This record gives sequence, C-alpha cells and structure tokens, in this order.
Amino acid sequence: MSAPPRPRPAPPVTGRLVRLAGGRVTLRVGPRSVAVGVVSLLVVVVGAVVSLTTGEAPLSLVEVGETLVGQGSRSTEFVVLTLRLPRLLLAIGVGAALAVSGAVLQSLSRNVLGSPDVIGFTTGAATGALVAIVVLGATTLGTSVGALIGGVVTALVVVGLAAGRGTQGLRLVLIGIGVGAMLLAVNSWLITRAALQTAVDAQAWLLGDLSNRGWTQVVALAVALVLLLPIVLAGARRLALLELGDRPAGGLGVDVTRTRNVALLAAVGLAAAATAAAGPIPFLALAAPQIARRLSRSATPVLVPSALLGAAMLVVSDLAVTRLFAPVPLPVGVATGLLGGLYLIALLVRMWRGSTT
Amino acid sequence: MTRLLAQDVTLGYEGRTVATDLSVAIPDDSFTVIVGPNACGKSTLLAALARVLAPQEGAVVLDGHAISSYRSKEVARRLGLLPQTASAPGGITVGDLVARGRYPHQQLLKQWSDDDEKAVVEAMTLTNVADLADRAVDELSGGQRQRVWLAMALAQETPILLLDEPTTYLDISHQVDVLELLARLHDESGRTLVAVLHDLNQAARYATHLIALRPGGVVAASGPPAEVLTEELVTDVYGLACRVVPDPETGTPMVVPRRPLRGPASEKGARTGAADGALRADG
Repeated sequence: MSAPPRPRPAPPVTGRLVRLAGGRVTLRVGPRSVAVGVVSLLVVVVGAVVSLTTGEAPLSLVEVGETLVGQGSRSTEFVVLTLRLPRLLLAIGVGAALAVSGAVLQSLSRNVLGSPDVIGFTTGAATGALVAIVVLGATTLGTSVGALIGGVVTALVVVGLAAGRGTQGLRLVLIGIGVGAMLLAVNSWLITRAALQTAVDAQAWLLGDLSNRGWTQVVALAVALVLLLPIVLAGARRLALLELGDRPAGGLGVDVTRTRNVALLAAVGLAAAATAAAGPIPFLALAAPQIARRLSRSATPVLVPSALLGAAMLVVSDLAVTRLFAPVPLPVGVATGLLGGLYLIALLVRMWRGSTT
Repeated sequence: MTRLLAQDVTLGYEGRTVATDLSVAIPDDSFTVIVGPNACGKSTLLAALARVLAPQEGAVVLDGHAISSYRSKEVARRLGLLPQTASAPGGITVGDLVARGRYPHQQLLKQWSDDDEKAVVEAMTLTNVADLADRAVDELSGGQRQRVWLAMALAQETPILLLDEPTTYLDISHQVDVLELLARLHDESGRTLVAVLHDLNQAARYATHLIALRPGGVVAASGPPAEVLTEELVTDVYGLACRVVPDPETGTPMVVPRRPLRGPASEKGARTGAADGALRADG
C-alpha cells in the first residue's frame, strides 16, 4: 500500500478557501452554498420591494423609502409601518427560524422527517397557544407565551421518551409523530370545548397566518433569533461531525452530549418562537433545509443558505396568498401546507424508489 | 511511564455492566492488540480508553491526568479513534471525509491550514486512497471505505491511535494490507497503536503487546504474544481446545483448533453426526 511520489496535487477537499485578515482567518465555503444563499437573498429583497409597494394602496419605491426614514405622510406611514413592514419582517424571521430549526433537527436525527412540524413540536406549541386562548382567555401576548411553553414542553417530552441507549434517529421521528398525533386530538378537543367566538379565534390562529400581527411579535422573534442563531452557527461544524455517528464524533474531539443538547434546545427555541409569532406554519421547516442542502450538494447542514431560503419561501408564499387571493387573502399556512405537502410526497416517493432499486 | 491506562474501571451501559474493576496499561510505543471472545468488553474498553464512553467507576488516565479532565479537542489531539461503525453523510467526497480528521487542530475562524492539507494528503497517500479524493464515499467498495476511515484517523496525527476491529468486513488480502500498514506506521512513525482484533493469529503476528480479555471484562493475560498466547490461555478464555504452533512465516504463535473429540469416525461420519444433533435440537 505505497504510492509513488507524485507532484503535490490540488487541495483534496471540496469548496473554496477564503482567507481574510492577512491569513489569520481561513474559512472553507462551498460555492454552490454561497450561490443558494445569494439567490435566496435576492428573492427576499425583490419580495420585500414588491410587498412594500403593491397591494390595496400602491406606493412608489420613493414613497416607501421616504416613509422608512420618517418623511412619509400619515397614510403611507400607516400602510408601510403598521401594515406591511411588520408583516414582511415577520415572514423573513419566521421563515429563517423554522428553516434553521429544521436543518438542525434533521441533522441531529439524521432523518429528513426529523423536522419540528413532523415530530410534534409545532403541534405542541399550538396546544400551548390553544390552552392559553380557550382555557385562560389569553390575548395576543398570552397566546405567544402559551405557544412557546407548549413547544418547549412537547420537545422535552419527545426527546425524553426517545432518549436511551443508542442514537435516536428514527426513534425520535416515530415518537414525535405519535406525540404529535395525540396533541392534534387534544387541539381539536380544546376547540370543541370553546365558546363560538373563542373557537373561531383559535381556529384562525391554528391556520398559521401573518395578518393581524404587529411589532410585538416582530420584536419577540428578533430577540429569539439574535440569541439563538449565533449559538447554532457556532456549533455548525460540530453538528456536521455528529452526522458521522456519536463515537466517531467523540473520537474527533466533539463533546457529543453537550453539542446535541445545546443544538436541540436552540432548534426547539427557534421553532417555538416562530410558532408563537405566526401560528403553526406547516412544512417550511421540513422543506427549506432539504432544498437548500440538495441545491448546495453539500454533505453538511447548510445553515445560512437554509435560513435565507426559508425566509425567501415564506416571503414569496405570503405575497402569493395576499396578492393572488385579494381582497380575502388565504392564511399563508395554507399555502406552505399545500406546497410542502406536495414536496413531502415527492420526497417520500424518491426515498422509496431509492431504497428499492 | 505509560501515557494511557485504565485504572479499576467499571464499564457498562444503562442497566448492563460489561466489566468491573478492569485495569490495563498500554505500553508506550507498543502495537497493543486486545483479543477476547465476543461480547467480552473489548470494544467497550477501547471506547473508554478513547473517552467516548465514560467509566461508571475508576478512571482512564492520559499523560498522568484523568482523561475526563481534558477538553474534548485536547484529547483528540493526543489520541485518535477508528470506530467500528461510522456513517458517511450522503454524497460526501473522500477528501472531505478525510479532512474531518483535522477538526481537533482547527478553530471556528481557522478552518484550513497548510498543515491540514499536508496531513490529509499524507494520510490518503499512506492508505492508498489519494486517487479517490474526489469520489463519493457512497460509491466505494467496503475495502476502500475502510481505508478512507483509516485515513481520516491518520489525518488526525495523534501519537496514540485506537482502532476498533479495523479488519472487519475486509477480505483476507485487504486485512493483511491494513495490518501491514499499521505495522509500518508503528515501526516508522513511532505511534502507539491499540487495536481490537478477532483473529488470534493476526494478533500474534502483528502485536508487540497482547491483552487477552475473558468474558466479563477480566484480563486473562497480557504481555508479548509469545508468552500470552498459549494453549492453556485459548482453552481458558475461549473454551476451545487447540494446539499452538509456530507460524511458519513469522515464528509467532499460531492457533490451530482441534477437532472435537469423536470416535474413530471418518470426517463424513462426524459431519452427519453434527447434522443429526442440529436436527434433534430443532425438533
């Protein structure tokens, strides 16, 4: 097993090396991941321009710009700062949070289906919100807090049940689906117990929607993103190594238990915060990171491109439901549910074919 | 002075103890091979030595300090592990997988250096996978894949390397390839190697130090293979009657199992008898 001496070959690894600060910082980046991120960002920007300028009261870009720097009229201020901007920012934030949460959970469970909406975390957040609305008569803020608590508690239960010997993977997914199914029943029961108007409110919340949300939700979600995203990004490389298996990762110097727990908590926090802000938005957390990873052809989770793609998908979905179905827009959850469902079917069909051939 | 030792460790998983009060010392610069029957705790011991399994009691000591007192990355710069089961992420290239061995030498903002590149190229050249650098690991044969994982462990450039059954799933020529490579690494680079092996004859041929474990994780004997590997030991540890003769190629001990005692029956008769027994047991 010896090889003849050969000229030094090109770097044996994929990706480009980016050297900054006089060589003190060297990063390895995949060109395709960068492309996915840049294109997604462009889509977000274009979507932002369209959503701020069009609608019932069309505005020019100049008018929007003036309003953003505080030079607008009263009516443009209301349209831009109260109606459109918080909604846009919420779409960006919720899309990014769900996508990153899905990317982390799919990586940890080494399973495509290990995303927060499939394994019950989002349903649990909904249960928390419904308890707040129906039982406690909570308003907007109380509903968000209920969703946050519901999501985190559900995650703890699912993870606790799935823990034990060996790696979780499929076990986490199956237990999560089971718990999610039970919570779905609880959710329906809660709605049937509610007074009519409460039930209507609760049902509206359950569809996942970006209307009737305001700066409170935007700020709360921004805080969650600022706190949790850096934690996730700092652990990205350890997350990639964990995909090799617990022992190989441990042998490479990854603190397996700590890495997993921190990533899990951050992912649950992001999913719960997103759900608290906008209600359950289905399938985005499943589809965005998968599409980003496939397009990037990356063997590691691509967190930043996932976040940007998730934001782009939700901005575009929300535009579609508000502009195509005006004047009675659909809740955006219906759009992502339809698209995501199609994607899930396509994915399962491909997985099934892949495993039989 | 031994850099790596286990002191009175009790090892196990939730609700199942594999070994109690087990002590082993890995002689510096040795090629130590751990042998023993199935489920005797060989791999568990190796995992504890590599710090990927925490002992329930006792301690693993690395360079004079409890291994649990080091930062994970610091341990990974001193000892590497080739685990028995590892899964390559779908679509990953050989070069990228080998490069992951460099993780303990890298930082968040320093993800690649010339040293990294040199170590990766060297490891791939040694294991003869340099030509496969751009190929996806999924597409490789079992033998190639095992060499890629070995390259990843070598790229880690640790003075101590632990290998859990590095020859499983390989045909005999690839087994010999891997073992010869390890022997060469041991001779030339002065690394301390610790391997779990199943084949006693290979263990005796390549080890400089042999540790034989009995079921229940008890050290039956340890020392140079010529002293450890005796007929009594094999009978004692494996419950197998055998002869130990000098390996005609290397002179190291070679285990030749005896046929179970039977009457003067021919080979054919013996086989029929065994088959009858199996049938009766089934019925």
